[in-house]
Amino acid sequence: MELQQKLAILADAAKYDASCASSGANRRDSSNGKGVGSTGGAGICHSYAPDGRCISLLKVLLTNRCLYDCHYCINRRSSNVRRAAFTAEEVVKLTLDFYKRNYIEGLFLSSGIIRSADYTMERVVEVARTLREVHDFRGYIHLKTIPEASPELIEQAAKYADRISINLELPTQQSLDRLAPEKNFVRTKQAMGRIRVKLEDAADRRKTGDKKLRHATGQSTQVIVGADASTDADFLNRSEELYASYRMSRVYYSAFSPITEPSSILPLSAPPLIREHRLYQADWLMRFYGFQTSEIVNEKHPNLDLRLDPKLAWALRQRHEFPIDLHTATRDQLLRVPGLGVRNVDRIIRIRRHTRIRLEDLARLRVSLPKVRPFIITADHRPRLEELDIDRFYARLPIQHEQLELFPHALR
Amino acid sequence: MNSSNYFPMRCVDPGTHFDSWKVVARGLLAERVRPEEVVWEPGESLFANEPVVKTVAPISVPADLVDLAKAVTCHQDSSRWALLYRIFWRVILGGERKLLEISSDRDVAKARVMQKSVRREIHKMHAFVRFRKVGEDETGRERFVAWFEPDHFIVEAGTPFFRKRFANMDWSIFTPKGCAHWFGGQLKFSEGIPVDPTHHPDELEAVWKTYYRSIFNPARLKVGAMRAEMPKRYWKNLPEADLIESLVRDSQNRVGEMLEIEPRPVRAERKNAYLGNLKERSIVPHCAGPGGDSSIEEIARLLPGCRQCPLWKSATQAVPGEGPMDARVMIVGEQPGDREDLEGRPFVGPAGKLLDQALAEAGIDRGSAYLTNAVKHFKWEARGKHRLHHKPAAGEIDACKPWLLAELSKIAPEILVILGNTAARSLLGPGIQVSKQRGIFAAPHLAKKVILTVHPSFLLRVSGEERKKEEYRLFVSDLELAMT
Repeated sequence: MELQQKLAILADAAKYDASCASSGANRRDSSNGKGVGSTGGAGICHSYAPDGRCISLLKVLLTNRCLYDCHYCINRRSSNVRRAAFTAEEVVKLTLDFYKRNYIEGLFLSSGIIRSADYTMERVVEVARTLREVHDFRGYIHLKTIPEASPELIEQAAKYADRISINLELPTQQSLDRLAPEKNFVRTKQAMGRIRVKLEDAADRRKTGDKKLRHATGQSTQVIVGADASTDADFLNRSEELYASYRMSRVYYSAFSPITEPSSILPLSAPPLIREHRLYQADWLMRFYGFQTSEIVNEKHPNLDLRLDPKLAWALRQRHEFPIDLHTATRDQLLRVPGLGVRNVDRIIRIRRHTRIRLEDLARLRVSLPKVRPFIITADHRPRLEELDIDRFYARLPIQHEQLELFPHALR
Repeated sequence: MNSSNYFPMRCVDPGTHFDSWKVVARGLLAERVRPEEVVWEPGESLFANEPVVKTVAPISVPADLVDLAKAVTCHQDSSRWALLYRIFWRVILGGERKLLEISSDRDVAKARVMQKSVRREIHKMHAFVRFRKVGEDETGRERFVAWFEPDHFIVEAGTPFFRKRFANMDWSIFTPKGCAHWFGGQLKFSEGIPVDPTHHPDELEAVWKTYYRSIFNPARLKVGAMRAEMPKRYWKNLPEADLIESLVRDSQNRVGEMLEIEPRPVRAERKNAYLGNLKERSIVPHCAGPGGDSSIEEIARLLPGCRQCPLWKSATQAVPGEGPMDARVMIVGEQPGDREDLEGRPFVGPAGKLLDQALAEAGIDRGSAYLTNAVKHFKWEARGKHRLHHKPAAGEIDACKPWLLAELSKIAPEILVILGNTAARSLLGPGIQVSKQRGIFAAPHLAKKVILTVHPSFLLRVSGEERKKEEYRLFVSDLELAMT
C-alpha cells in the first residue's frame, strides 16, 4: 500500500483521540545536537481543522488492526474498516519530514493492540527510540501506552516520550464491561499509579543534579462522553480522582462521535457537543478556580446545565453570596465571580491597591460587563438584587446549544 | 502665557527598533520634555543630519516596562512611539512608578493590547511558517525557504525560536516586514520584500494535505472555533487551507452517509492466547474475607476482591503485608498512604522511610520483619491535585480486621509492634491511647511480646525541631524494646 494511503487510514483511525497538547515538556533545543527539534514552554498549534480542533502533532496509529472490541471505536475487531500498518521507519520519516517543514510539534503515536500488549508496546517504543537515538529528534513525543504492557516497557516509553497516556475511555467498570470488554479499570489505575511514581522520581532526579535527564513530564487520559449512561457527576468525580491520585496533566473529554463503522450496541443519539464543552469548563473550575466537584454537581443535580456555564450556574445557586465588592473580596471570592478569569482577578487585585475600580476599568480589561454586572459592586455600580434572578438569565442568554448540537436530528 | 512658546514641539525620529527609540527617548527624558511636546516621525526627522538629543546615561526602568516596550515597538500602529514615551514619562518623571500595575489605565491598557497582539503574532509566526525544501548541500545539510506575511514587525523577535529548533538546517524566512536567514550557523536579517520569492513546490505538501483531510472529523463541524485560532488572513500561505472549503461543504453528506450504514454485529473474538489470559486476569472474585486458614499468598490474592467497606472504590489497589513467612517481628501500621497506594507495597512513603531509619537504629532488620497495615486500602480526600490522608473510621477498621488477624495467625510472630491508634484499635480494641499506654503491652493472645508505640507519620507531623528529635528518640527506644 502506498504511504499516502496508509497515512489516510491511520490518521483517520487516530482522530478520535482528543489529546493535542504539546506543552509542558522539559526545555531543550537542537543547537548542540545533530538533529532537529525543540520543546519547552507553551505548545504550538500549527493548524486547525474545520472541527475546531488544533493540529499540533502528527497523530497516527502504528496500525489499526486490533484484537479488542471496544464498541465506540472504529478500529475494533468487529469493524469492517480498511486496515493498514506503518513500519517504524515510515513513521519516523513522516515525523521528520513534517517537522522540518514546521507543520508539527512532534509525534503522537498510538496503536491497535496486535498479538499482545507487550508486542504492540515494543513496536510503539521502537519508533520513539529511533527518533531519539538514531535521528537525535528533540521535538515532542506523546506515546499512548497500554495498561497491560509490562512496567519495563512503559518505563522505556516514558524515557523517550514527553508525555505518556492511557485512555480510561469510560468512567466505570460497568460501562467498560459493556462497551470495552477487554479493558479493566483496576489495571488502568495501577498502571497510572506506576507512571506517576516514575514521573515523580524522574522529576526529582532532574532537580537533584541529573539536569539533562530526558524523561516524560506528564501523563494524561481521555474519557468518551455520551457513549454510556454515565452522568456528568460520574465523569467529574472520576476526573477529580484521576487528578489527585495520578496527577494527570489533563483529562480530555471527547463527545462520542458517529463513526463509519457503527456498532449495534452504540447509543441511538450522539450527545450535544455543548456537553463536552461544559465538562471542560467544570474541569477548569476544579483545577484553577478552587471549586470542589460537589459544588458543581451533586446527587440531586448530577448533570451540568447545558444552557449556563457551570460557574454562572453555581453563582445563581449561591446568589445570597453576591454581589461582592471588588475592593474587599478575597482572591478566592473573586475567582468565583462569573465573567472573571484568573488573569483578570490578579489584575484587579493589583489595581485596587492603587485606585478605585469602576466599570470602565473592567471594560478596559476586556471583562464582559453584562456578565459580571449582576455579581459585583464597584466604585460606581451596585446591582439590583433582582438582577440575580435565574429566569432573567435564561431569558437573556442566547441558547447556543442547539447550534452546537452534533446533529440537529437524532441518530436514526 | 502659552507654554508652547517656551516648549516648542519637537519632531524626532524613533528609528525602527526599541533600541533606536530608547536612545531618543532617554535624551528627551533627560531634558524632561513632556509627551505632548513630542512628535514622533519615523524616517522624517527635521533634524536628520544632526543628533536629535545628547547621549545620556541610561535611566533605571522597571524590567516589565522594558518587556512591554520591546513588544509594543514591534506593533504596526504608528502611534506606538508616542504611547510608549507617555508611559515612560509617567513612570520615570510623573511619579507613577507603579503605573504598570494599573492594567486598566488608558495608556497601559492600550499598550497591553498591543503587546498581546505582537506576542500573538510571534506565536502565529512560529505556528504558521511553512518551510519548503529547496535542496541539500554536498554534506547533506538541507535548505528550506518560507514566505510569511505578518501584520507587525516581528521577524527579529520571532526568529530565535527557529534558530534553536532548526539549528542543523539552512533556511530563509521571507516577509514584507523583514527577512531572516540562517545559513551555515550564521543568522542574518535583511530588508523586507513585497512579494513571495519562493516558487519551489514541495512534494510533502500533498502528504500534509492528506493528513489534514484525514484528521478532520466531519461529524463535529466548528468552523468558528477554527477561524478564531487560524484567522483567514493566514490561509493564503497555508497549503492545507485550500482544503477547508470542500471539507466543510462535504461534511454534512459524509455524516449523512455514516448514519445510513447498517450497524455491524459483534464479531466473536478469535481464539487468542493473549485475550484468554487477559480475561482470566480481569476476573477478581468478590470475597467477604480471608478463608479460615488462608496462606499469606492466598490472602494477597483474595484481598483485592474485598468489598466489606467502600474504601476500595477510590484506592488504586489493596496493599497486602510484606515480609518473610518466618518473621520474628511483625509491624502493623495504620493504612497505606499516597505512595503505598501507587506502589502496592506497605511503608514505602515518607513515613516508611522514617520507620526504616528508626528500625535500623533500634537494630531491627526491616527485611526480616513482616510489615502490614490495619486497613488495606488508602482512605483519602481530594484537595486540588493532592490526596489528603483521612483516618479510617471504626467500621472500616473492623471490616479489615479479619485480614489482619489472618496475617497475624499465619506469621505468628514472637514480637508484635503496633504503630498508632488505628492499629491499636484493631488489635487491642477501642479505648486504647497510645500516648498513655506506649511500651510493652500485655496481650499474650496476640504475641509473646507486644509493643505499642506511635505511628511514624505522627513524627512527621510534630512541630518544633526539639520536640521532633525527642519524639523520634522515644520512638526508637520503644522499638528497641523488641530486641531486649
